[in-house]
Amino acid sequence: MSAIAIRGVRKNYGKTEVIHGVDIDIADGEFIVIVGPSGCGKSTLLRMVAGLETITEGTIEIGGRVVNRLEPGERDIAMVFQNYALYPHMSVFDNMAYGLKIAGLSKTDIRARVGKTAAMLQLEPFLDRKPRQLSGGQRQRVAMGRALVRDPAAFLLDEPLSNLDAKLRVQMRLEIKQLQQSVGTTALYVTHDQVEAMTLADRLVVMHDGVAEQIDTPMAVYARPATTFVAGFIGSPAMNMLPVEAAGNLGLTLANGRTVKPRDIRLPEKGRKAILGVRPEHIAPVSGANADLELDVVAVETLGADTLAHGRLAGAADGSGELVARLPGSTQVQPGDLLPLAIEPGMAHLFDAETGARLAELDLPAKAARAVKPLAEALNA
Amino acid sequence: MQTKRTIFGNRVLPYALLLPQLAITCVFFLWPAGQAFRQSFLREDAFGFKTEFVWFENYGKLFVDPQYHNSLWVTVVFSIGVAVLSLVTALVLALAVERTLRTARAYTTLLVWPYAVAPAVAGILWWFLFNPTIGILPYALDMVGYDWNHRNSRVDAMILVIVAASWKQISYNFLFFVAGLAAIPHSLVEAAAIDGAGPLKRFFTIIFPMLSPTTFFLLVVNIVYAMFDTFAVIHATTEGGPAQSTNILVYKVFEDGFIGLNLGSSAAQSVVLMVIVVALTVIQFRWIERRVQY
Repeated sequence: MSAIAIRGVRKNYGKTEVIHGVDIDIADGEFIVIVGPSGCGKSTLLRMVAGLETITEGTIEIGGRVVNRLEPGERDIAMVFQNYALYPHMSVFDNMAYGLKIAGLSKTDIRARVGKTAAMLQLEPFLDRKPRQLSGGQRQRVAMGRALVRDPAAFLLDEPLSNLDAKLRVQMRLEIKQLQQSVGTTALYVTHDQVEAMTLADRLVVMHDGVAEQIDTPMAVYARPATTFVAGFIGSPAMNMLPVEAAGNLGLTLANGRTVKPRDIRLPEKGRKAILGVRPEHIAPVSGANADLELDVVAVETLGADTLAHGRLAGAADGSGELVARLPGSTQVQPGDLLPLAIEPGMAHLFDAETGARLAELDLPAKAARAVKPLAEALNA
Repeated sequence: MQTKRTIFGNRVLPYALLLPQLAITCVFFLWPAGQAFRQSFLREDAFGFKTEFVWFENYGKLFVDPQYHNSLWVTVVFSIGVAVLSLVTALVLALAVERTLRTARAYTTLLVWPYAVAPAVAGILWWFLFNPTIGILPYALDMVGYDWNHRNSRVDAMILVIVAASWKQISYNFLFFVAGLAAIPHSLVEAAAIDGAGPLKRFFTIIFPMLSPTTFFLLVVNIVYAMFDTFAVIHATTEGGPAQSTNILVYKVFEDGFIGLNLGSSAAQSVVLMVIVVALTVIQFRWIERRVQY
């Protein structure tokens, strides 16, 4: 049985439909991150699960119970808001105890549960303080505590880290992940930050324009993006997209008239228009003879570990063929250089030119394993 | 703290710029207040032939006068009545605006209109509505078996002046409550809903405490209004009657001074009122500064 089941959910505001039928099944204890650009409907979807927005069509189940018509308080969920939404006139203790008091717990029970949660979050010294006397990180912890103390069936988190500074965000990200693992409660987490999404999620839901474009593990989303949108959204810098036309045995014809033949991927039938996607980290500088394509370097960003070479596919018409390559930090490149590059085997992605959907039938089965290996190493390092 | 300072090259100019405001304060406030203060120590006969300095005799007489005690009591009942009625009604209306989305603007605009009506006009309006002979409300009350007559009944008269005085104040309070409600982050109410609080619980544990600075400010403003700005309402409806039952302090100042021509006592009463205003203002500033931080 899934902890949360979202089935064919749609949302209309008047005549505009903002969510076009989303299906997600969330297993018990799973950490699901919904990621997407602002306005994609991710917060609306979360608020529908919470009961703060009505559901126009479809059903939402929590713990096997259809909750469409239940009040937020009856859904057995707890939510952490972007601005924390701590009650400013109540002490930290009262903030955490509010839901328990309403639930009708005895004073000793409330004291015990709040005390336990406060100890877990190291909030004990602050129980008598008002929220305004706390730092941003402490407020964030109180908001987490208010959710934890109620021991709900699911946590809903709406961009909970976006009000923190960068350093604190990294620290809290880790804390949230550890907390969720230690209590084992299902979590549904909304963010627009792809790093947060990749690091926290057991499974990712990438949303775009009210549609869940891909639901999969972070590594699978990275290695086999289902659409050009997902490919461009996950990964930084974004994946390079080059329009190509299949040229039979020669490979794929680029906009500049030259052909490339990426290895470890099947090629579409001759004449078919497609989009070739290659991540900047999957093109390597090679000697001229082995080059798949040439980068006309326009700008160089040195990040220390890496060097990003921005430019254009050599010979492409103006305004097309934008290309970025992530090179080792020691590479010497200058604007104006013509850089011969090769696509790493199995690292080419092909998408339909019209719909942007991945041409999954062209993926070789062996490719996934090869894709995961260097990334797993990178994560372990 | 950083403040913006303007440096004037000319030493006279800043004083010249202050002059209109100072002149208005002197002519319309300080001078009449001083006159009242002086007059409160004098006894003058009704025709102005003879004036005598009597020290605190006017005050002494005032504080043992049962009619003055009655007026004080009437003022307390009236002020509390006006404050409670106008605050509660305004809050209910403001909460209603929060819930309606599409027509909220039109609704707000309509509700603000009464504030533009002069107190005397408001008084007359309610006098007509409640007129025992021609009024629509006594007619309606008669059908449910209540014999309304504010010319005989002390209670009816008090209800009439409270309703008439509250009516236009509701608009004012309403605006402040709408602004106060808009300032409460929506997520707080949502968080309370997720914590399981029903609408009433949410109102009393979250919304109302968050509104408390607004409410306290309005309470003081409304009491000041009821005590000092309702002369026209009383004058247009009951004229303090029947049997002194609606003769609030500010109306008594007028009645004793301009009808009874007892200028010394009238002046002493206005000095007492002045002291009350100062006290209320001090309370307001002192408390508001503390209460805004919940």
